[in-house]
Parts: sequence; structure tokens; C-alpha cells
Amino acid sequence: MTPAKGPAKRTTRKRTATKTAAPSRRADSAQAQVTRLLSMLPYLRSHPSAKVSEVAALFGVSERQVIRDLQVLWFSGLPGLQMGDYIEVDMEAVEGEGIISVSNADYLARPLRLRTDEAVALIVALRTLASVPGSFERGAVERAITKLENAAGEAAQQAAAVQVQVDGDAVADVAATVRGALDAKNRLHLSYWVPARDEATERDVDPMRLVVVDGRLYLEGWCHRAESVRLFRLDRVLDVKELDVPAEVPSEARPRDLDGGLFQPSPDDELVTFELTPAGRWVADYYPYESAEELPGDALRLRLRSRDRAWVRRLALRLGSTGRVVAPADLSAEVTGAARGALAAYE
Amino acid sequence: MSQAAKSERLMNLVICLLVARGYVPKSRIREVVGGYGDQNDDAFERMFERDKEELREVGIPIETGSFDPMGDEEPGYRILRHEFELPEIRLEPDEAAVVGLAARVWQHTYLSEASSTAVLKLQAVGVEADTGSLGAVEPRVGGEEPAFWPLWEAVRDRRPVAFHHRKSSTSEPLLRHLQPWSVLSWHGRWYVVGFDTGREAARMFRMSRIVGDVRTDGPAGGYEVPAPETVREAAASLAPPERAPVLHATVRVRHGSGHGLRRRATFVATDATTGWDEVTVPYTSNQALAEELVSHGADVVALTPVELRDAVVERLRAILAVPA
Repeated sequence: MTPAKGPAKRTTRKRTATKTAAPSRRADSAQAQVTRLLSMLPYLRSHPSAKVSEVAALFGVSERQVIRDLQVLWFSGLPGLQMGDYIEVDMEAVEGEGIISVSNADYLARPLRLRTDEAVALIVALRTLASVPGSFERGAVERAITKLENAAGEAAQQAAAVQVQVDGDAVADVAATVRGALDAKNRLHLSYWVPARDEATERDVDPMRLVVVDGRLYLEGWCHRAESVRLFRLDRVLDVKELDVPAEVPSEARPRDLDGGLFQPSPDDELVTFELTPAGRWVADYYPYESAEELPGDALRLRLRSRDRAWVRRLALRLGSTGRVVAPADLSAEVTGAARGALAAYE
Repeated sequence: MSQAAKSERLMNLVICLLVARGYVPKSRIREVVGGYGDQNDDAFERMFERDKEELREVGIPIETGSFDPMGDEEPGYRILRHEFELPEIRLEPDEAAVVGLAARVWQHTYLSEASSTAVLKLQAVGVEADTGSLGAVEPRVGGEEPAFWPLWEAVRDRRPVAFHHRKSSTSEPLLRHLQPWSVLSWHGRWYVVGFDTGREAARMFRMSRIVGDVRTDGPAGGYEVPAPETVREAAASLAPPERAPVLHATVRVRHGSGHGLRRRATFVATDATTGWDEVTVPYTSNQALAEELVSHGADVVALTPVELRDAVVERLRAILAVPA
């Protein structure tokens, strides 16, 4: 590693550089800064002449923050902090060319051990990957888990206490075809069941990604029938074929932001009010709702948004005496109409 | 005091304890670590205690002890290098790629951060976690339930907890005292399984049905967790049952409808002239299947067994009986 400038530089070590008021963001707490530095030092050792911008991106902080971090290093070193004890940081190169060169810190050559949360989070995530069908080299996942377990030691044992199950086996074949099309960048043809309308639909889809949400697999892609980005639950795919046609995902197609959950009702959707008996309260666990109001006798008044009246009718029929639609009134009438129509077949 | 000065003090404390040959007495630390020397006794004590605590929180193993068998000597502190450092780990490119992808799996804020800092540590020793080769695959695991994080911590620290939990069919939450063993996601929903000290038996609770805060209910390390296989068996036996279907129903299904039924059918008799098919479906409970059949309205008609037919009719009548 290139040595930093000599003793002349050290005489300029003054606190003035750090006087700027520190924002109270977590990345800026002393604890976060020290934790970051203990990883940054070995990184800089294994990546000589790293760029400030690259390190900032890697650690998810601003370039200014990286410079502030390096200024802390500049004041750190062996006990007593005599000449030659300080960690050497070429601050001129940092501020000039944006290149980082650090030396005289051989005693901090390796990062900290993995904490329990770190080891468990990664190992559980890897096990989850391994259970996704058709998408990963399980061999690589297994080997990575073993190596992490060895490196993490005792901390890794806790990973056994966290289990994430993926409903993957039943859709393994569909997942394999989807993955193949993703890798080959080919179009797919789907026969897809839409339970809300109980329809089998035929559609061409240009695959964008395979996502696992809440333990279930979905294909996200550009649907030529809907002319927009759609998510398809793999266990509702009746049939799938990879076509000998290259996928052409339009440039305006954006993957959906799934942070708000899979069902993202729009404010334009119809507002429906259900009244649920105790045995019908499960609806509140399964569907996002606008408001829930406790009623006497453990009943619940639930207001939710729906894009599709067919879906509401189905849910209301399924609920039977455990819940009913109270508003809008014409939708409520549709439900009783549907029940009357169904009953006719038995009379 | 500036935050940078505190960071410098913490760094210098870590280095001091790491490079020392043995335990470093507190008085020596006060002398050589910048920032302590200019404090009075009380201020130094408080500052030093807080610094140690903060460093331990981020996983820095500061030990207390002394080499003096009589224990007369002032206590000292040290950091053992083999407990401090990440041991040797080398990942092949395909292994590094799956680790990089794993770091993006957690949606829970804290676990997402923990995964990222773990990968940073690996990158610091030269692991290049390039996920480009994996194609467009994005598994996501949530943990958004408010009870998730306190229960994760409780499992990690083996700390008993107390919380209010309501069963599905009643809005009256009951207070539970639990020694949590494991958190698990099953069909996309999070559960905690453990020993319910009130019921004196293993129990499983769905996190979304926990009402209010999860409180600490005893000291950390306060109980033993059974072997992983035992915990898995307990969870499996407490999970909602998935009984194998043993009964068979015949239902009439209109063409183009009832796809869910058709997918499970063991036999479909198609009749092109009537517009209806006769579908044989394996099932476990008359009530559960009746519920599903009713949801199809006039597109599905239950034929046999008669108990199923009766259950469907009863449900439809109940809908019409309710005043709208």
C-alpha cells in the first residue's frame, strides 16, 4: 500500500476539520461511524487506491460522510498517539483526486465478526433462496451457508430458530419454465386463472422478474393483453410455454414497488362496507382495509376498496351468514341476487 | 463534545485494548486514550462505562478481568483478537453472488441493515458480491408485524415475554406468558412458537393477532430451548392441520368456470351439449367445500354427497335470510 505523506502532514492534525455540526442521522452517530470504520479499514487494505465515491456507494453514505470518517481515522492510532503511532491517511489525495490511501493500521486488517443478527439474517435469507424452485444453484447456496456458519461460529446457531417456508414445490415446473425464459429473455405464453372473476385467460407476457412475496412465487412481466406490468401468481398458472420470440419489455415498464404490499388498492376503487360476525373476522387478516370498527358482540365493520365487484360477490357468498355487504346497497342486492340464482338450481 | 471526538475516542479505545498483551488497567486507559484524560473522576467513569456499552452493542467483545489470582489488582480490560476478527472466509463467485442476493431478501428495516453490514464485512475481506449472474430473481421476506422484532430479539436472547393475543373468532385478547423458541413464516404469515408457561404446554401464536406491546417477562437466558427437531415437530403439530382429502364430491360446473375446482379434479366428464361438466373433487370437510362452492354462485351446483348439497343450500338460504 502506498505510504501516506510523512510527519509534516501530521503536524496539521487539528480538530478544526471536524467542527461542522454533525447531523443527528444514525449513519452519523459515533457508534455507526466506528462500526463502519472497522469494516472500511480492511476494505481499503484489500482495495488500495479506492475511490471516495465507490466507498460511499458501498457503505451507503454520502461522500462527505466518508471524508468525515477518514478524518476520524486520521486522529486514531496506537495508544499514546506519539509520532508514528497514528494511522496514515493521505487526506490530500482524498480531497484532491478522491482517492483513498491508508496505511499504518495493520492491527485492523480484518473486519469484526458477524453479530448474531447479521449471521442469522443472511443464513435465513440463504435458506429461503434455496427453497425457491427453479431459480438458484442450490449447490452454491449450500456451500455459502456452510462457509458462513463456520465463519460466524456460535452466532450462526441461532439461525435454526428462524424458519421461512416457501410454497414452492407445487409450482416447481412453472418456475423452471419462467426462469428459463428470463435467462433467455424470451416471451412467455400463459394460461392464467383469475380467481376474482373465475376466468381462464390467455396472454403473452414478457418476463421481467420472478419475485417471492409472503412465501409465494410471482412472475412480474409486461402483459400484452393488459398492456401494462402485471404480477402473476405461479400457482394460478394453468399452463405456460416459452415462445421462440424475444421479450420486448417497453422502456416505460417499471417493476412495481412492492414495499406497500401486493394489493395496492387505488383511491378510485369502490369502497365497500362489510359487517362481519366473529366467525367472519378473518377477512381483516387477509385483505388490506381502509377502516375497521368494533361493533357489539365482537362483530366488526370493515371498509375496504375493491376494483372488481365479482370479487366482492364471491367473498360475500363465501362468508354466508358470517358477514354481509351493507354498502353500497346495489352491491348488497347483487349478492342476494346471486344467492337466489344459485339456490334456483336446487329447487 | 463533538461527535467526531467521541468516534476518535472509541477507535482509540478499541485499538488500545486490541493491541495490548494483557488486560489494560482502567487507570492506564484513562492515561493513553485521548479524551479521557481531561475528565474528572466521575465524568471519566460515566464516559468509560457508556463507551464500553456502546462498543459491546455493535459486537466488540470487551472482556473484564485480571491476571492477579488474588484479585487485588485493579480490574483490566482486553479484546481478544480471535473473538474480535472475522475468521478466514473465502467465497467462490457463485457463492458470493447468492450471498449478495440474500442480503436483499429481508424487507424488515433492521434485518435488511444487518444483512447489508454482514455483506460489507465480507466485502472488506475481498468477497465480490456480484449478483448480476443470477438473473431477475427477487425473493422478499417481510416481518412487518409490530410484534416481529421484539419476538425475534426474545428468541435470540432467550428472554420470556408476555403479550395479549386474540384467537381468530373472538375480539377478546388473552394475556399469554411465553418462553419463545422460534419465529417462523408459514404460508407468508409469521408465527412464534414456544412454551406457554400459563398453559404449561407448547403453543404457537400468529403475530398479526398479537394486540399491543410484547413485554419482557423475565431475564435473558432464562430458559432452555429444546433441540431444533423438537421445535420443528412442535410447530408442525401446532400449525393449522392440512389433512389429506379422503372424501369425494361430484359437482356440476359451468363451462369456463370453477377453475380452482377443475385443477384439483380427479375426473371431469365433459358434456358439450349442456354447457356443463361433471367434476369429481377430493375434499376433507363438507363445510369447507360448501363455502367454496357457494362462492361460485350459479356457476357450480353440488350433486353428491347429499350432506354437501344440504350444506350448500343451507348457506345460500342463510344469505337470503339476513335482512339486507
